[in-house]
Amino acid sequence: MSSDVPRGDALFEYAPAPESRDVVDIKPAYGLFIGGEWVDGSSETRSKTIDPSTEEPLAEVVWADAADVDRAVAAARKAHDEVWGPMPGRERAKYLYRLARLIQERSRELAVLESIDNGKPIRESRDVDLPLVAAHFFYHAGWADKLEYAGYGPDPRPLGVAAQVIPWNFPLLMLAWKIAPALACGNTVVLKPAETTPLTALAFAELCRQADLPPGVVNIVTGAGETGRLLVEHPGVDKVAFTGSTEVGKQIARAVAGTAKRLTLELGGKAANIVFDDAPLDQAVEGIVNGIFFNQGHVCCAGSRLLVQETVAEEVLDRLKVRMATLRVGDPLDKNTDIGAINSAAQLERIRALSEIGEREGAERWSPPCELPSRGFWFAPTVFTGVAQSHRIAREEIFGPVLSVLTFRTPAEAVEKANNTPYGLSAGVWTEKGSRILWTAQRLRAGVVWANTFNKFDPAAPFGGYRESGFGREGGRHGLGAYLAGAQR
Amino acid sequence: MAQSDARLPVRKTYKLFIGGAFPRSESGRSYVVNDARGGFLANASQASRKDARDAVGAARKAFGGWSGRTPYNRGQILYRIAEMLEGRRGQFVEELRAAGAAKGAAGAEVDEAVDRWVWYAGWADKLAAVAGSANPVAGPFFNFSTPEPTGVVAIVAPDSPLLGLVSVVAPAIVSGNTCVVVASEPAPLPAITLAEVLATSDLPGGVVNVLTGRRAELAPWLASHMDVNALDLAGAPADLAGSLEEAAAGNLKRVLRPGPEAGIERMTALLETKTVWHPVGT
Repeated sequence: MSSDVPRGDALFEYAPAPESRDVVDIKPAYGLFIGGEWVDGSSETRSKTIDPSTEEPLAEVVWADAADVDRAVAAARKAHDEVWGPMPGRERAKYLYRLARLIQERSRELAVLESIDNGKPIRESRDVDLPLVAAHFFYHAGWADKLEYAGYGPDPRPLGVAAQVIPWNFPLLMLAWKIAPALACGNTVVLKPAETTPLTALAFAELCRQADLPPGVVNIVTGAGETGRLLVEHPGVDKVAFTGSTEVGKQIARAVAGTAKRLTLELGGKAANIVFDDAPLDQAVEGIVNGIFFNQGHVCCAGSRLLVQETVAEEVLDRLKVRMATLRVGDPLDKNTDIGAINSAAQLERIRALSEIGEREGAERWSPPCELPSRGFWFAPTVFTGVAQSHRIAREEIFGPVLSVLTFRTPAEAVEKANNTPYGLSAGVWTEKGSRILWTAQRLRAGVVWANTFNKFDPAAPFGGYRESGFGREGGRHGLGAYLAGAQR
Repeated sequence: MAQSDARLPVRKTYKLFIGGAFPRSESGRSYVVNDARGGFLANASQASRKDARDAVGAARKAFGGWSGRTPYNRGQILYRIAEMLEGRRGQFVEELRAAGAAKGAAGAEVDEAVDRWVWYAGWADKLAAVAGSANPVAGPFFNFSTPEPTGVVAIVAPDSPLLGLVSVVAPAIVSGNTCVVVASEPAPLPAITLAEVLATSDLPGGVVNVLTGRRAELAPWLASHMDVNALDLAGAPADLAGSLEEAAAGNLKRVLRPGPEAGIERMTALLETKTVWHPVGT
């Protein structure tokens, strides 16, 4: 019953509990990290990365041009051919363990930096992003000297130089997903962080120096889409790994067509989160909230389509609204914050536009009473009911805290609706019945299926999509295949 | 040992390592350990049957907690052991030299021992991916097999006093087993110093228990102990191995015979495989 929905002023008042910014040291400007050194870059183009919760500038970064990308690829090639490729796996392993330890030691600082640059709540950067970053390096360190056991033949070899382009939603975690397996397999990398969130990648460059990582093994070039294009199209790279939008993924797939470059893509999603009538509803509601509001919904595998069985739809929605009314939106560095800032003005505009289209197309929009800060980029947690499969908010990735609710009557209908998307990255299933979980999971065309949980990640578990969510897997034994010669994937 | 006129060094008492503590043998016995030239080094504890049984009890008590840790956590702890061992490199080089190794060989052995901990540390969260499987059974069932630790492993360590010891202990505990290890009889001291490393590496007490003493006295009690699940005969004398294996048959212990090991056999020999069936349907 919607009359149970508490009003905003019924919430407990919490005193602000901000994490201190003093632990981070942001320089006014950064160069490029090439061949183990900070270099100015030949490009004249620069931009300022901002704190999305205040719109205040944080630091100036270079947009690397063709000459800069050339230098970075050359440095990576030299490091691969002369040092990193020939190095015994067990020595590479020890470098990666060093990086894992350095990340663990400086995790608080990196978490604060991530929240400042990205806008995500400190609770998430501290408790999710950073522990996973360290775990990814730790896990892949262990593979570096065991590659012959990974199922890719007795003597798997690296590919060479990997060009890696990562998004802004999990800046350091995506860096870890890219760099850790590449290095473990003996490749060297040139990585481009997103233009709105370069700071943790630049901090990582410093960790590479502290670890005495041989120069050129990791190179970081900052910039926007053009820098990324120059990097993936550079003839000197052997492997391209991209995480980002499906649109750009397709451009990259076209660009590498006809070359010898190997490609893995981790792209968009429109995941169905299926709640059956026998689901534990309180847990399911927590899972729905986690599925769509985690990281402001800036998650490619977000559970952005809630498919709920008709008989429990009303009850689930009532409980969901009660729960949504307790979400705290605000200062990313406040330890009580559940939903932080939207990463950029452009992304906020896209979320607003799609939400308005949702209303125009006839879906019913609801948000809890929610006071948003006057500066910065914010969007209240939002749910659309009465959504049809033809609505754009049911088909397109919004990449924000916006949930579209659809209903179904039978398991077969749930599966059909869940699969009615060009994407196929993830899905959720909520039911107490084990056989139904497995029946549903077998039929879902998605690379990750969470049952009675959502948004769980582990370096030991392969992650990646079906269809237009990309190809290739990251993590686990399967993820190594993306960076080894002779392996299929 | 070099003597300084200014100061008399304090010598270490070498005791056993049981349940995370360093007790003397309950028997009150010890035996003389000499260096390679026959000079006195130290007295080592000479463990008894009761010490062996206490050690098995400690290993059993630690098994639930250790095997219940996440593989990631076990990997972190094994890596921590490597870090602590590296930090004591000089001490181990000295002890190995006292036991007769040449300077270069002693250093190389310590390096190799550190790297071996690192190698095994990485296996903690990968073993199931290599040794487990999803099984395509002919029916509407989800079916998978996962490796699990067998339980308490009794180990007769080889005479290589550090590398040999690490090479048998690390593969036993990485998957969640706990162990009772009988150290090299002629060169037991590095084993007790390694126990000091283990005791300061966040390894829970009882996961590794180290006995020093007479192999011929201790091994038969461990081989016949009904609460021991596996027996590693890596360092068992040839004339003893057969009868130990026979005693182990009493409760069908998994037995690793002496001989060269390859790849991941030392780990997989100490694993059980569990297959789970679950129906698939609406």
